[in-house]
Amino acid sequence: MAKLKVEDLKRIKESMKGTVNLRQGDYRVKVTVHMGTCGIAAGARKLMTALLEKLEKSGATDIILTSSGCAGLCNHEPMITVEAKDSAPVKYVKLDPDKVARIFDEHVAGGHPVAEYALSIGSETTY
Amino acid sequence: MQDLSLHILDIVENATQAGATLIEIDISEDIGKDTLQICIKDNGHGMDAEMLRRATDPFVTTRTTRRVGMGLPLLKQAAEETGGDLLITSELGKGTRVVATFRKSHIDRRPLGDMGATLTTLIMGNPDLDFRYASNLHEKEVEVDTRSIRKELNGVMTINNPAVIALIRDLFNKGED
Repeated sequence: MAKLKVEDLKRIKESMKGTVNLRQGDYRVKVTVHMGTCGIAAGARKLMTALLEKLEKSGATDIILTSSGCAGLCNHEPMITVEAKDSAPVKYVKLDPDKVARIFDEHVAGGHPVAEYALSIGSETTY
Repeated sequence: MQDLSLHILDIVENATQAGATLIEIDISEDIGKDTLQICIKDNGHGMDAEMLRRATDPFVTTRTTRRVGMGLPLLKQAAEETGGDLLITSELGKGTRVVATFRKSHIDRRPLGDMGATLTTLIMGNPDLDFRYASNLHEKEVEVDTRSIRKELNGVMTINNPAVIALIRDLFNKGED
């Protein structure tokens, strides 16, 4: 039976000591992967896995990665929305793990939207 | 959907939209009966008899009723293609239970796929909800309960912290199917 070990959790808790702990809901960039039936069937989970890897490697604590339902643009799936505080949200369409890795580096971490993968800039926000 | 773990991700997303606070996923097999069973139970607001009747009909979809759409019909089809079935029970105010049974050895039975990716995706997307996952399979048994992980973390870090997610992922690393 594979189960989480208490000592592993303790170890990562220890490693958190000394790092600035952001309050929940306090973030610089929020990345939303659209996870409706359409998104899942088109490969949205691969995007989530790729983004998780990038996030873990970056060690950033001011980036939130989350999911939402169908955005009503099923033919453009898989999609993500990147919302950086104080700038327009960007919806990216027809993605794959390589494209989201580039979006993570250039937009999420670097602050420069990747125009060639964007559907539109500035359609809606969740904050 | 390429594999069963993607169906599970999709069906559990329903439950998260239905106001559930705890979602339980159990995967088990019976070698003697040649079945593979997926049970997804939530404590959300449930469905009335009329909604329940329409739940597996893709063509009565209304976007305002979040329980209706392509997710359940696709899972039903995947189960029935193997000679299995899909059973949904629901009670208003109590929650919903979806049980999909597959003939395990059937050639059309899709592989289970990457349940680690499904579970971590669910936790990332819904860090305020609790998930209990248990697979009782010949190849591998895995058990994850976010309630006990949360208790252990004791507010020092959140459950969607990448380090916690990586630990959960590692439990599945050998693959299940």
